Amino acid sequence: MADELTPDELLDKIDYGAPSGDWMDTTKSVQIRPGMYCYAAKAESVETLGLPNARPWNPVEEDWKLPDNWQQIIHEGIKERLERFRTFKIFMDVCVRCGACADKCHFFLGTGDPKNMPVLRAELLRSIYRNDFTTAGKILQKIPGGQRLGGNRPLTLDALKEMWYYFFQCTECRRCSVFCPYGIDTAEITIIGRELLNLLGLNIDWIATPVSNCYTTGNHLGIQPHAFKDMLEFFVEDIEDITGVDCTPNFQKKGADILFITPSGDVFADPGTYTCQGYLILFQYLKEKYGLDVTWSTYASEGGNFGFFTSHETMKRLNAKMYYEAKRLGVKWILGGECGHMWRVIHQYMDTMNGPADFLEVPVNPITGTRFDNAASTKMVHITEFTADLIKHGKLELDKGRNANRILTFHDSCNPARGMGLLDEPRYVINNVCDNFYEMPPNTIRENTFCCGSGAGLNAGENMELRMAGALPRATALKHVHEKYGVNTLGTICAIDRAALSTLCEYWVPEVEVAGIHELVGNALILPGEKERTEDLRMEPLPGCEEEE
Amino acid sequence: MTQKYLIPLIAVFLLFLVAYTGAGAGLGWFFGIVVPYLAVLAFLVGFVVKVMGWAASAVPFRIPTTCGQQKSLPWIKQNRIDNPDTSSNVFLRMLLEIFIFRSLFRNTKAAFNRNAANRITYSWEIFLWVAALAFHYAFLVVLLRHFRFFTAPVPGAVQFLEALDGIVQLGLPGLFLSGVVLPAAVLFLLARRLFDAKVRYISQGSDYFPLFLILGIAATGISMRYFTKVDVTGIKEMTMGLVTFSPVIPDGIGGLFYGHLFLVSILFAYFPASKLMHLGGVFLSPTRNMANNNRAQRHENPWNYDVPIHTYEDYEDHFRDKMIEAGLPVEKKE
Repeated sequence: MADELTPDELLDKIDYGAPSGDWMDTTKSVQIRPGMYCYAAKAESVETLGLPNARPWNPVEEDWKLPDNWQQIIHEGIKERLERFRTFKIFMDVCVRCGACADKCHFFLGTGDPKNMPVLRAELLRSIYRNDFTTAGKILQKIPGGQRLGGNRPLTLDALKEMWYYFFQCTECRRCSVFCPYGIDTAEITIIGRELLNLLGLNIDWIATPVSNCYTTGNHLGIQPHAFKDMLEFFVEDIEDITGVDCTPNFQKKGADILFITPSGDVFADPGTYTCQGYLILFQYLKEKYGLDVTWSTYASEGGNFGFFTSHETMKRLNAKMYYEAKRLGVKWILGGECGHMWRVIHQYMDTMNGPADFLEVPVNPITGTRFDNAASTKMVHITEFTADLIKHGKLELDKGRNANRILTFHDSCNPARGMGLLDEPRYVINNVCDNFYEMPPNTIRENTFCCGSGAGLNAGENMELRMAGALPRATALKHVHEKYGVNTLGTICAIDRAALSTLCEYWVPEVEVAGIHELVGNALILPGEKERTEDLRMEPLPGCEEEE
Repeated sequence: MTQKYLIPLIAVFLLFLVAYTGAGAGLGWFFGIVVPYLAVLAFLVGFVVKVMGWAASAVPFRIPTTCGQQKSLPWIKQNRIDNPDTSSNVFLRMLLEIFIFRSLFRNTKAAFNRNAANRITYSWEIFLWVAALAFHYAFLVVLLRHFRFFTAPVPGAVQFLEALDGIVQLGLPGLFLSGVVLPAAVLFLLARRLFDAKVRYISQGSDYFPLFLILGIAATGISMRYFTKVDVTGIKEMTMGLVTFSPVIPDGIGGLFYGHLFLVSILFAYFPASKLMHLGGVFLSPTRNMANNNRAQRHENPWNYDVPIHTYEDYEDHFRDKMIEAGLPVEKKE
């Protein structure tokens, strides 16, 4: 565990050279090591959605309690997915092992473990595909030593365990895919790899339990409706203390203009809570000034989707709530909060899975008149697109000075960056609410951004060594701007980031704090009728309001 | 570990020897007629089957990897190439991907310095891109030049290409640039596999085999042109025979040519069953050949099926009392 492993000890372990020998010989000796793996899914969480093989099991024990025909299940699972996903089939066939992806993965850069090179992560599965599904593989099986020559291997229990270990050391960030000359996307391979593992009930609990919670209570954290309302009302009280304005939101309001959905993490834990307060302030402002009616829902109270880390089907089952609730409430369109993987699901999957959303209108910002043609079919708009549009049209009254104590840099979250291309919208908002903004080095931002190291369901406590190792490339870039420009705040538009980057900073760059972009908007926005503010949303003195010593 | 490259190396040698000696032992018709026809057949059928196989798989979701600013608000500048939203922009992206290996061009090399500032540094790593581009274009030129042997009269385009390739006008017969660049690039790619620890670790026998095979083809070809001097008229008679489906085996062609031809035949036959199919795959890769307009235009999943969901009604039934108590709106009061 990282609690026991100091940053120096972790750095000592890094070596980008690869061992000699054949990686396939090391499969047997893969140790599922504490600090690097997440605990197994609890049986009851797997049962909630009726997913296969719910039972108590432990990855470090010899017996994983698999069904007797597990090899057949995986074999048929692969076969089915080869027909369903052209990506999978092509990515299994065309890799030339050029190695361009090798040092692009944050987990490889942080651990030096060669199996964290994206190419080898994929080869774990590809070697089995070649053996069992290609003509060449079938011929080579018959020649002594032929399997080895083609890099093929049979699906053994050791190979399965190795796949489990390494598919849960990938955060599906797609950075390797940017550099691959054939666009091979390791995220896609990990997604399908995890889907296969789930056929045997081999999920991790940090994914399975949020999925189960989300299915029944509407959000990953299992916050029940009354508690969800309580929590937002608690923020309302805080905001009233700070600004003197009542920002009470609507819940499940039929006929509202817009349904707002954000990750439940922002309702639950600092510093996401401050971002959540930023949303409340923004909506109050728009209601007061322009009569815009936004509603929250306790049923669709989760923007994130850990089903995406389980299987395509589970993703669809959890995502269905968004359109279901929008239809029931009769809103015009949906607005989505700051979140990473949530936005990949909405942008690249939602309409296809659960659309068409013909009961909604093409999103139009009634205040500016802007028609969001880029969301014409899905009918869901990203909050930074929305806010950037408001700012551009001069519809928000902002006091940048209230963020003057923040020297900011911006962490592009993997999914909005590489699964969407949302890069300049948040930067535009930042530059309008804060004066001191410095970019991290170009190899570490925008489409080249590094993952926080805890995405895709790996933000657990027990795999802290893995997380902090994966966080290293982001942390070094952050440290660079901290030392060069005195950056003290890491801005982000992802709820997992707000949690994960806080841990990252504590471990690697303790002088830096993490903030959501709408926290800064909330600080800067001048509410109609507000009292003179002396504190920011963290209840710390605003610049110029510090008490005299 | 060594067997991963030694076996392919030995295999290429043996394949050459088989044809070299076989042709000398009166099996010229086999290596000169039967094998080339079978190889081309295997290539064509294999290639088509493979591509049809990929095409037969569904594309359920539109999942391009976006490498630049999306199209969103009108005043935000979109990166049309790296984040295309229309098919013409996708076409441009694919063109750059296929002809100049744009993604590989981005390649960087990471280094970690434990002793200095504990920094990870990234430097632009251009050599793989240069070698890959040099290799592919030199190979293409060599391939196209060989149309001299399959056409009569030789088309002007081929003659022009030859003139261009021989522009240095060095030696007699004139040196072709592709004859230098191709083996040099292959040797670089091979050296990378052998001496870069990471690349060595991920390399399989099937990565070394095509490199040795192509090296063998280049070596025999170069040797015939510049050193051992074969009977070009006889060879042309034979190649024209193949291409006009009236095969003949002229005397005195020599084992070296049969070795060359056999290695080429092996390459053709091996192609569709191997990683060399990246030639076809790059066109079909969904992360590159799709527009990033998912929210603007609905993409259909051909196998989309209904799934059980937890409806609002299920939810309200579960929490009704608590919701009423908390003052949340409900559909049914009891």
